[in-house]
Amino acid sequence: MTQEIDLSKLPPPAPYDEARDKAQRSRLAKAWQGPPGWKIVSAVNNSFIGKWYLLTSFAFFVFAGILALMIRVQLAAPNNDLFGQQLYNQLFTLHGTAMMFLFAVPIFEAVAILVLPEILGARDLPFPRLSAFGYWCFLIGGVFVCGSILFGVAPDGGWFMYTPLSSNEEYSGLGADIWLLGLSFIEVSSIAAAVELIVGVLKCRPPGMRLNLMPLYCWYVLVVAGMILFAFPPLIAGDLLLEMERAFGWAFFDVDRGGDPLLWQHLFWIFGHPEVYIIFLPSIALIATMLPTFAGRPMVGHSWIVLSAIGVAFLSFGLWVHHMFTTGLPEISLGFFSAASEAVAVPTGIQIFCFIATMLVSKVRPSVPMLFAGGALAIFVFGGLTGVMVALVPFDWQAHDSYFVVAHLHYTLIGGMLFPLMAGVCYWYPFVTQKAMNARASRWAFWLMFGGFNLAFLPMHWTGIMGMPRRVWTYDLTDGWAVLNMVSTVGAFVFATGFAVLAINVLWPRGKAPFVARNLWNAGTMEWAAEVPGKPWGVRSIPYIHTRYPLWEQPGLVDGIDRGEWFLPDAAEGKRELIVTDILDARPLHVQRVGGPTFLTLGSAFCLGAVFILATYHLWALALAFGAGFVGFTLWWLWTGTSEIPERPHKDAGRGLTLPTYAQGNRSPGWWAVFITMTGDMTAFMGLVFSYFFYWTALPDFPPAASQLPAFGGLLAGLAALIAAWLMTVAARSLLGQGARRAAMALLVGSVPVAAAGLGGWAWAAWAVGLDPTSHSFDAMVWMLILWMGLHLIPNAIMQIYVAARIWADICNPEYRADLMNLTLFGHFLALTAIVIFALLAVFPLMMGAA
Amino acid sequence: MRNLTLLTVPLLAGCAGRHNWLSSAGAEADRVEGLFWVLLIGAAVIWSAVIGAAVYAQRRQVDPGLEHQARWFIVWGGAVIPTVLVCALLIWGLVILRDITPDKGDLTVRVDGERWWWRVTYDGPDGDVVTANEIRLPLDQTALFRLTSDDVIHSFWVPAIGGKMDMIPGRETTLALTPNKTGNWGGLCAEYCGGAHALMRFDTVVMEPDAFDAWLAAEAAPARVAPDDPGFAVFRDEGCGACHTIRGTDARGPVGPDLTHVGARARLGAGIYAMTADNMARWITDTHAMKPDADMPPYPDLSGARLEALVTFLLSLDHAE
Repeated sequence: MTQEIDLSKLPPPAPYDEARDKAQRSRLAKAWQGPPGWKIVSAVNNSFIGKWYLLTSFAFFVFAGILALMIRVQLAAPNNDLFGQQLYNQLFTLHGTAMMFLFAVPIFEAVAILVLPEILGARDLPFPRLSAFGYWCFLIGGVFVCGSILFGVAPDGGWFMYTPLSSNEEYSGLGADIWLLGLSFIEVSSIAAAVELIVGVLKCRPPGMRLNLMPLYCWYVLVVAGMILFAFPPLIAGDLLLEMERAFGWAFFDVDRGGDPLLWQHLFWIFGHPEVYIIFLPSIALIATMLPTFAGRPMVGHSWIVLSAIGVAFLSFGLWVHHMFTTGLPEISLGFFSAASEAVAVPTGIQIFCFIATMLVSKVRPSVPMLFAGGALAIFVFGGLTGVMVALVPFDWQAHDSYFVVAHLHYTLIGGMLFPLMAGVCYWYPFVTQKAMNARASRWAFWLMFGGFNLAFLPMHWTGIMGMPRRVWTYDLTDGWAVLNMVSTVGAFVFATGFAVLAINVLWPRGKAPFVARNLWNAGTMEWAAEVPGKPWGVRSIPYIHTRYPLWEQPGLVDGIDRGEWFLPDAAEGKRELIVTDILDARPLHVQRVGGPTFLTLGSAFCLGAVFILATYHLWALALAFGAGFVGFTLWWLWTGTSEIPERPHKDAGRGLTLPTYAQGNRSPGWWAVFITMTGDMTAFMGLVFSYFFYWTALPDFPPAASQLPAFGGLLAGLAALIAAWLMTVAARSLLGQGARRAAMALLVGSVPVAAAGLGGWAWAAWAVGLDPTSHSFDAMVWMLILWMGLHLIPNAIMQIYVAARIWADICNPEYRADLMNLTLFGHFLALTAIVIFALLAVFPLMMGAA
Repeated sequence: MRNLTLLTVPLLAGCAGRHNWLSSAGAEADRVEGLFWVLLIGAAVIWSAVIGAAVYAQRRQVDPGLEHQARWFIVWGGAVIPTVLVCALLIWGLVILRDITPDKGDLTVRVDGERWWWRVTYDGPDGDVVTANEIRLPLDQTALFRLTSDDVIHSFWVPAIGGKMDMIPGRETTLALTPNKTGNWGGLCAEYCGGAHALMRFDTVVMEPDAFDAWLAAEAAPARVAPDDPGFAVFRDEGCGACHTIRGTDARGPVGPDLTHVGARARLGAGIYAMTADNMARWITDTHAMKPDADMPPYPDLSGARLEALVTFLLSLDHAE
């Protein structure tokens, strides 16, 4: 089915016909127009969701920034009691939490959602409704977490939530639950966006754009979304353990019951350090995108940059322990993680030297974005060098948890993330609004921000050397930190003023201002092919791309796009359509229909948010009701918006290209989304497996003596039932393919009680020997693994019945059975999970000779 | 709220910077200081070179012939030189790490982190010597600290003398410190431990070895309490002994700091207030104004002669013969 496009054999476009062009444009506009008036909240297209995401992230940035200014005011003078201990502890906890979870990561997703489809010459991302769902989750969760400070119950355990401070009810209150549940909710939306972006980069590239032709920005998006997929799940696993201990007293972190507080630190930093690069790489991506534009030539060392980004991503998962250098780990661990931490300087350095090399061989046009990029370089390199310092264990023993580290991390994050982001805002502002910013005001903003930043944070290195620890709300004059703190406070306000100038410049109403010229920076990447003023469809026709900088290297491209000479120039059926291509060579595979505006995703996100918020207050019955609402909205959304049977199996995509209108199995983006989501899910599961082995290495009685092990027979019978349930689903897939609809339905529905029986067998195995999750970490771990299986069997059961109903309604049939194939894929992962759990609970203790 | 500045200025006059890493007050801090200056100079050179290269690249005229050199620039500047430098630093860092983590010391001090104070135990000739919130160390001897915690994670740090080490429930961590300058150096909790983390301090007094031995002997001795001391009567009537221990009396409470020689300490409230009668009286009656969230309940009803007697009694618990 795959179609190799040979450019030279492509039939020439039909001669331009103004009437046809007009008709096509009006049909495209009809299909892609956003909903009118207040119904705009039902919009799902990336240009809306991306903008909202961006503005919301910046709103949380401003919120967290105000908290930072309050922190600086409190620390401005010694013995200041303006805000006091309780509020201060909430201020810095929420500052870090909001900056990390509500700004730094979401802003990457916001920018990517906004510009990625356009850079790829696509009209939208593959799952626009999923983006909308993720956005609403983010908004609801963020407001919940931030709003808590207005009621004086904000989290106050630090953004890292170390146990037992965060796990013991005696030391922490509702704030810890708000942190855990609110952020878990937001992490779900981060992972949703990551799945969407990975599939977007891999499957929605324009025909011809092979991987090696992909713009650097897309490489970074791919790498970072992949990192999110592997970094966030361990934290979700950790959140789950911690919340189970808080809400139900399960023993994971309490040393008196076989728990270990260091387990949390491992799970947190396995997430937390890749997080730093999840924040940093997308911003480097912005510089890598705009630098060639202003240099007027392709990037020097394109492949070096790609390989370095991948290298940084790999290394970033191997150096989490450098946040734990002072926890008394053995010297060999310290040496290993110190080396890994130092090693990351090399691929980072390569990227920076590629940028400088590009500047060396070109004449860089001065511009506001390049001014911010230059400031970013100066600040980030400094932060990188102090990073090399703190990666050395003896130095870290002094610097750790002192203001030296506060200075270091702000140099890397503000230099590596915020300044490039500001450069990106100035660079893409005309792309988004088609108006020009006031360059003079932007320059003012830059110098205020650059000066203010250094005034605030450069002295902080010295404050740290003078011995000031982090997270202290007061100090004494005799500590000798007063002058330095006052300078930092002044700097912080100058910095904030600079940002305010830029924010006003961005938000200034420019309704009557003239439109900018099309592609005003003379860039080479596809997003600048958009017409001015903008059209709702993004790109008039989807071109064939065979260069890295198509707007420079494919003459006449823009005219051809505008005249509708390329693919999918029309929306004859009134549907929103994308071209899906294959992963390596971007050969067109099929036409993908994507969903339009809907309130269903909004309802779904609202209900899910309510579940998390109500669970915080232990209002279980209400939470359950909203959980049902969430399932209802989601099924309705899926039923009406996914895997629709097309009106005909193929359609003309233009230029003689005929493409299928339906895809299933590994040809469909949906299958890839399930595959990628489940990879993330398995990573969270691996977090639990890691925890199991962590206890095994740390405790002499883990696993305990044979009499306290879950009953082998029950475990084996349970596994047999779970595998049988899986085989029934697999059989249903083959039978449906052969036309046996009734048998397939029967097997799908029948597998639900079989799986439930399997879970019941496991629960019995644990219950029969009296395992009590509140008594010991082994018991808690056993029940957690069984619970994990249960948490997956619930959606599995719902989807089995859903697919059976789809078969009954003939929306899923022998010819069009994407739903069942996706469900089977989910089943494969479940079977794997079941086997691993069985191995951990039944086989591993036997191997250890406990029996 | 806290007029701490006025009270502690006389005590600490001339001690500004008592938390400074670069005080050269300890062998461990000295090793890190040596590393620091090299790192600082190296960082300054590298930063200037990178930024200089960027500025030069921005200003110079276009020369497409430089493409080949540009690749060498990436290989050398981005890969080869950084690799060599970080390898050298790594080895140096690990050598220092080995040097500052000896297996045994000249003396052992056990410190237990509490919310928000420090329980300190010395190995005396006649068994444990328990004290709190003030650590005394003999000059030029390596003290091996055995660090524990029963509640949350704390971190033990005397920046002037050496690095820090976390105190983690369920574990014992160790840290070696070799003070090499006499004086009163600041000690801090470096790991956020909730509530009054900012007010969890201690004094580290470095003494000549002879003076240290004398101090330890005095500290090991039980308190001298007259049976009819009116202050002790108040102490007993108010139930202070349920939480605090005064060795030599029937006050055996294990919860709060040991008060056997509380009057001999320079500060109260875990290293934050000068040990004066006024501060002690205020601490007893209005604890949470001086240290919010502290576990000790305030005794606002104590006043007049009874309060004065109690304060006088507590301050009399010193080392004087």
